[in-house]
Amino acid sequence: MKELKASMAGTVLNVLAAEGQAVTPGQAVLTIESMKMEIPVEAEFGGKVEKIHVEVGGFVNEGDLLMTVGE
Amino acid sequence: MKKILIANRAEIARRIIRTCNRLGIETVAIHSEADGDLPYVSEATEAVLIGPNPVVQSYLQIEKIVEEAKKRGVDAIHPGYGLLSENADFARKVAEAGMTFIGPSSDIIEKMGDKIESRRTMIQAGVPVVPGTEEGVTTLEEALQEAAGIGYPLMLKASAGGGGIGMVRCESEQALTQQFVSVKNRAKAYFGDDVVYLEKFIADARHIEVQIFGDHHGNVVHLYERNCSVQRRNQKVIEESPSPDLPQDVRERLYEAALQAGKAVNYTNAGTVEFIVDPNNEFYFLEMNTRLQVEHPVTEEVTGLDLVEWQLTVADGGELPPQDSIQTKGHAIEYRVYAEDPKTFFPSPGTLEKLQWGEGARIETGYEEGNQVTPFYDPMISKVIIHGTDRIDALSKSQTFFDHVTIEGVKTNIPLFKEFIRSEEFISGDYATAVLPEWMEKTKEEHTL
Repeated sequence: MKELKASMAGTVLNVLAAEGQAVTPGQAVLTIESMKMEIPVEAEFGGKVEKIHVEVGGFVNEGDLLMTVGE
Repeated sequence: MKKILIANRAEIARRIIRTCNRLGIETVAIHSEADGDLPYVSEATEAVLIGPNPVVQSYLQIEKIVEEAKKRGVDAIHPGYGLLSENADFARKVAEAGMTFIGPSSDIIEKMGDKIESRRTMIQAGVPVVPGTEEGVTTLEEALQEAAGIGYPLMLKASAGGGGIGMVRCESEQALTQQFVSVKNRAKAYFGDDVVYLEKFIADARHIEVQIFGDHHGNVVHLYERNCSVQRRNQKVIEESPSPDLPQDVRERLYEAALQAGKAVNYTNAGTVEFIVDPNNEFYFLEMNTRLQVEHPVTEEVTGLDLVEWQLTVADGGELPPQDSIQTKGHAIEYRVYAEDPKTFFPSPGTLEKLQWGEGARIETGYEEGNQVTPFYDPMISKVIIHGTDRIDALSKSQTFFDHVTIEGVKTNIPLFKEFIRSEEFISGDYATAVLPEWMEKTKEEHTL
């Protein structure tokens, strides 16, 4: 199980992957808005999305867990 | 006018409070939970917690802001820039509540906020406008058909857009096809209106704007021009006045066109007419901003005027001075200091652990050492404005100034300024809107950002 964490604080604008979905490295899985800029968050590794730990409109701090991805 | 509410935050709120204090006008500051510790909150006569951190729940709460203003007996509301400053509904509600909106009427804001409508108005007034569609385009088929007539490259823009958001350059039919739905969706999400239009892309253009003012007695004057061509992501980074490398006759024709634009809509209060100027010095109207702008200090430095005071005077029914009494002196450059990575332009929120500016510049900032720069708002932490006897003097003072600034706790674009203002591209004064990204690409192996 691998963890995808937020690289900066911001508001979750949208979630582009669903639990159970397979993702590939570099695929955009979330968008975070910080300081009026939309920042795509890409999967750093491939696998199946086990759990999404955030919801649209929610606020995340740097280092917060966004998603866990299984092998 | 005895008491005004400032429907804004940070730097511009502080700037307005300063003029009000000098004129003996009381101020009411509004703030979100995140902004409670910022200096403008304690510098105002009164402060009101308006809501939680997201702007939609605080600074964009029209009813709540108007209600607070009424409750506190204010005479007028100053919207600053951004947020509600170009919201016609807000201006209307302020007026309906019996208070003065410090800006143009809601009708003017509405007309100029709709970019298609403003283009149409300027065409009728005889102001040169960038070739493009005269109506909004609703389907991709229609867009492709119109684009064939305009030619590529072109700009696909949101009619209600602004601040560089909702505009994309399309090089080909394929790019327009790819971007069409995305720009419409962004326009809807950001501005609540998905109408888009097409404009011819003018290559190697400079972004030059003219500051205008109108009063309620039918007078419209200009306060000269600013060159805003140093941009990143279609957003301004450095502005200067006068614009370098612009023949005097072109300068004067720009002033005339700006006055023509202002008079065409019976403009009142502070406004800016934005133009793009091509390499042959042909210019075209881009849009009119119906508010005080971020870069207004550049004009203040060269004219010696206080534009916030002018706004208050005009809003109170005062008359503007004659055009020939407004003169300029020297050269001014403004640098927008953003909390962002100087290389990637990615945001860098955090705590301002150290903030030392040094001498030789006018600093307009909403923050002090120890304040948090939160992810909820704009990344601008300060404006640095440097005035010199001429451009060479202003540049030399800028170089010395930035060598002595210390900001710790967040990344800023100051390292970028330190290198860019020593570049041949900037020093020559002969630069177009792509200058910054092009210089960064060219020097990526060399710079030490």
